[in-house]
Order: sequence, then C-alpha cells, then structure tokens
Amino acid sequence: MSEMQDLYQEIILDHNRKPRNFTIPAHANHTAVGHNPLCGDQITVLVELDGGLIKTIGFQGAGCAISKASASLMTEAVKGRTIDEAKVIFEGFHDMVTGVAGAEPEALGKLAAFAGVCEYPARVKCASLAWHTLQAAITEGPTQVSTE
Amino acid sequence: MTETAQPTETAADLRADMLRLREEFPALHQRVRGRPLVYLDNAATTHKPRVVLEAMTRFYAEDNSNIHRGVHALSVRATEAYEQARSTVARFLHAPSASEIVFLRGTTEAINLIAHGLAHCRLRPGDEVLITHMEHHSNIVPWQMACQHSGATLKVVPITDSGELEPGAVERMITDRTRVVSVVHVSNSLGTVNPVREICALAHEVGAVAIVDGAQAVAHMAVDVQEIGCDAYAFSGHKLMGPTGVGALWARQELLAELPPYQGGGDMIEVVTFEKTTYAKAPAKFEAGTPNISGAVGLGAAVSFIEQVGLSRIHAYEAWLLERATEQMQAIPGIRLIGTAPGKAAILAFTLDTAHPHDIGTILDMEGVAIRTGHHCTQPVMVRMGVPATARASLSLYNTQEEIDILCRAVNKVKEVFH
Repeated sequence: MSEMQDLYQEIILDHNRKPRNFTIPAHANHTAVGHNPLCGDQITVLVELDGGLIKTIGFQGAGCAISKASASLMTEAVKGRTIDEAKVIFEGFHDMVTGVAGAEPEALGKLAAFAGVCEYPARVKCASLAWHTLQAAITEGPTQVSTE
Repeated sequence: MTETAQPTETAADLRADMLRLREEFPALHQRVRGRPLVYLDNAATTHKPRVVLEAMTRFYAEDNSNIHRGVHALSVRATEAYEQARSTVARFLHAPSASEIVFLRGTTEAINLIAHGLAHCRLRPGDEVLITHMEHHSNIVPWQMACQHSGATLKVVPITDSGELEPGAVERMITDRTRVVSVVHVSNSLGTVNPVREICALAHEVGAVAIVDGAQAVAHMAVDVQEIGCDAYAFSGHKLMGPTGVGALWARQELLAELPPYQGGGDMIEVVTFEKTTYAKAPAKFEAGTPNISGAVGLGAAVSFIEQVGLSRIHAYEAWLLERATEQMQAIPGIRLIGTAPGKAAILAFTLDTAHPHDIGTILDMEGVAIRTGHHCTQPVMVRMGVPATARASLSLYNTQEEIDILCRAVNKVKEVFH
C-alpha cells in the first residue's frame, strides 16, 4: 500500500471528502474558470482581492480527488497572502509536482502532500488545475484557462 | 493456432486456445509497477501479435521501397505487398472489390474524407445529416464541419438509460431531407451494438448515404458490408491488432466516384498540366502522397491473424469473459455499470460511488491494471448518463478470467482507499 499512500495521503483524502472553502465568497471580485479538456474536470476559483491581498477565496466544481484536494489545500495556503506570495507558493508547488530538481516540498507546508504526484505524469494536470485557475483569476488577461 | 469453425470445440478448448494465443503478444508479458501487466484498454488500442511485428520488420528489412512508381524489383515487391494488404482487407469486410478499399490513417480520417466530400458534392442548405447520441467525437465533429460548410442540419438520435438507440427514433427522425445517416457499429464508451443493417435500410428508403463507423466492431465480430447494406464502412488498424496510423475505408464504387479528392498530390492523378489535372480512379484518387506502406502490410498481417483465429470464436470467448466480468463487478457495492444493452460488446464502463474515475484509474495502474478513464471522446454520452467520466475496462481475445479477478481485487482496493 505504500505507493498508494504516497499519492493518496490521508490529508488529500480528507480534503477530497470535506473540501475547505468550497463556497462562493460573498464579496468575490475576481474569478476564473479552469478546464481540463482531457478529463472534463472543471473548477471555478473566486477571490476577494483587497489591494494586493487575497482576503477571501472559494472554489466550485467537480473533479478527481487530486484536483479537488489540491483546490481545497490551495485556498487554505493562499488565504490572507499577497498575490506575490501566492505566486511564489505556486512556483514551489509547480516545481514539486513536475519533479523539478531542487524543489523543496518541506517549504510548502501541507502542500507537500502532493509531492507524490510527480511520479504520475498523467496526474500533474489534476494537481495544478486549481493553481492555474487562481493565477488567471488574480492576474490580468483571460479568465478561462485550459490545461491543454 | 487452430483454424476457424470447429463445431466440436468445447468452451474449455476455446479458452485454452486463447491462452495459447496470448503467448503471441510480446507486450503483454511484462511487469508494470512491479506487477504483471493486466491490459484492459483494448478499446483504445490493442497489442500486436508477433506476426504483425514480423511482417513490418520484414517489409523494412527486405522490400522497403516506394510503391506504384519504380520499375525496380523492390518497388514491385513493395507494391505487391501493399496491394495484397488491400485485397486482404476487402476479403475481411466481404467487400465486392479491392478497388473499393482506401487506405487512410484510420477511422477518423475516413469519416473526415466522406464528410468533407459530401459537404462539397451533395449536401445543400436544408438537408439533414443524422447521427446518434453515442457517436465518438470523430463521427460528430466532421459532420458539424460538413453542416457548417453546406448549410445542412445535424440531427441526433437519442439513447436510452441502458445506452441503446431509442426504439423507433431512427425511423421517426429520417425524413425526405435526410442525405446522410452515419452511425457507430459498436459504441466505444457503452459497448452497445447498433442494428446497423436496419438503420442502413431505413436510410436507403429516402436515398440517404449510409455510413458505419466500425472502429470498435472489426476486432470482435464478423463484418460483411454487403450484408449490412451500408454505403461506407471505416475502421482503424490499431484496434484490430495492427499498427497505428493506418486504417481502411470501404465505400461503394459509385460513392467513391462521386466524392471529390480529399487531398491533392502524387499518386492520385492521371495527367497534370498547369491548366488542368485529371484524377486517378479510386482508390488511388484518395491516396495522395506516399502512403503508410509498412502500416498497410502490418494491417494485412493483423487481419490474416484475426481471420485465422476466427471472429465467431473471438466473439464467443469475449462474450463469456464479459459475462464473468459483469457478474463480478456488479457484485461490488457502489459500482454502477454505464451501458447495459443486451448483447453488447466486451466493454465494461463503470463508476464507483466514492471515487472519481481518474482515481480509480491511478490505483488500478498501481496494481498493474491498465484501463481507460475519462470521457472516451464521447462527451455527449457522459452528459446523457449523468456522469463526469467513467472508468472503462475493454476486453480482447488475449484477456483471461484471472485478469478479471485481478481487476475486481484492484477495484476493491480503490474502495479501501476511498470509502
């Protein structure tokens, strides 16, 4: 079971079962829709930005355990952070799930639970969909993103 | 290997022979993530028997040359091998003539060729194209493009909860404006076997062109295009134990004559001047450029292999295996089978109440079990069945009862993780 536990860590299963911030924030002023056309997963990320600060964040949508737990843990990780801080976390997360040498999962707190994803290239897009969507929501440009 | 039609063969003999045939597929005998590979993704693509690999290697090692142009010995041999493959495919489909077989990249290209051609030569504003709700995207999108180009309207035959065409719907939806009826023989996401013979007869009552997508049918049941009564039938080599990148279109001579060329280039012409070019007759008219010669040779070898095993025996064995798999899977609480048409092909699509299909697929992979997860290029079917995606185990003649047991054990592991 060790291989299975590497990928499906208890924290991921927990956030899949009980996603946090699975809400539409009342004062959301930035939003984007992310789509993985290969599997049909879709996620909407809604953010209340206050200056450069992510004051509240929520998400909606359906997907696999990896994508749902990733969205849930992402909202916890970036809530109360500045846009620039969120971008740094995303970069670290992205390096970790894509297996970039020198990635430091330990610096990512709970997000380190996704370290096992790099062994499953087919699932990297599941783990990063929410993050790409967040990035689209809080930066200028298109508010529809696709993993393809 | 035994030959076709052995009336005295028992079910046990049949199973034993299929086990022997399994030895002919090198790729099956490997370990994945430390476990023996259980390959149940045959609707996506099948593995290749040694005879196919050898035929292709031999072609490149001995006969490699371009076809239809050289006077030298190798070119003659290559041309003969290519044309021999065409004859083999014609025999396989019970086509009246090998000149009605066009080698293409696969089913997708075949449907695009016909849709593109009909959009130019036949479809007019107000005309109707009829497809079904269970089509693969490759039998939806080309017709949408054809309709967009020509002003014709696309109509879709609805399906039932079990994944069958709604009774009477084809008859009801064919009108005197229907110019094309294009339907999948066997659904890749549901396994449903459609009554193509009846559908083609209905199409012909109003003079429509009847096209059958045979991608999921040819490896599992005997196909006789004259008996079906269609005007065109397409399939891909790789789903039939042949190589990727090659497939065949059979179409009636008259239809091939009417359709304009799909691509211009070498080998599809009679005479070229800057003022005017006259085209070669079919099939050359649709085979511009150097074709996939080694692919055709491999496809010919695959067809011969299938013929030698015998499609009635393959069908009987797969039906037996599907019955076992269905029984065992249905006994697992939380499993929902998607596509439950009677007499369906050996495709077992399912969902699990606690786990998303992708998570099922990943955990099965950890157990060495290869299945497909997702929408299977049939997004409208997913919407109709009210699921985001499915997990799909699709069987072939080389799968075994033991592999079904491993599949079910692996599904139970998924349930241990996601409860």
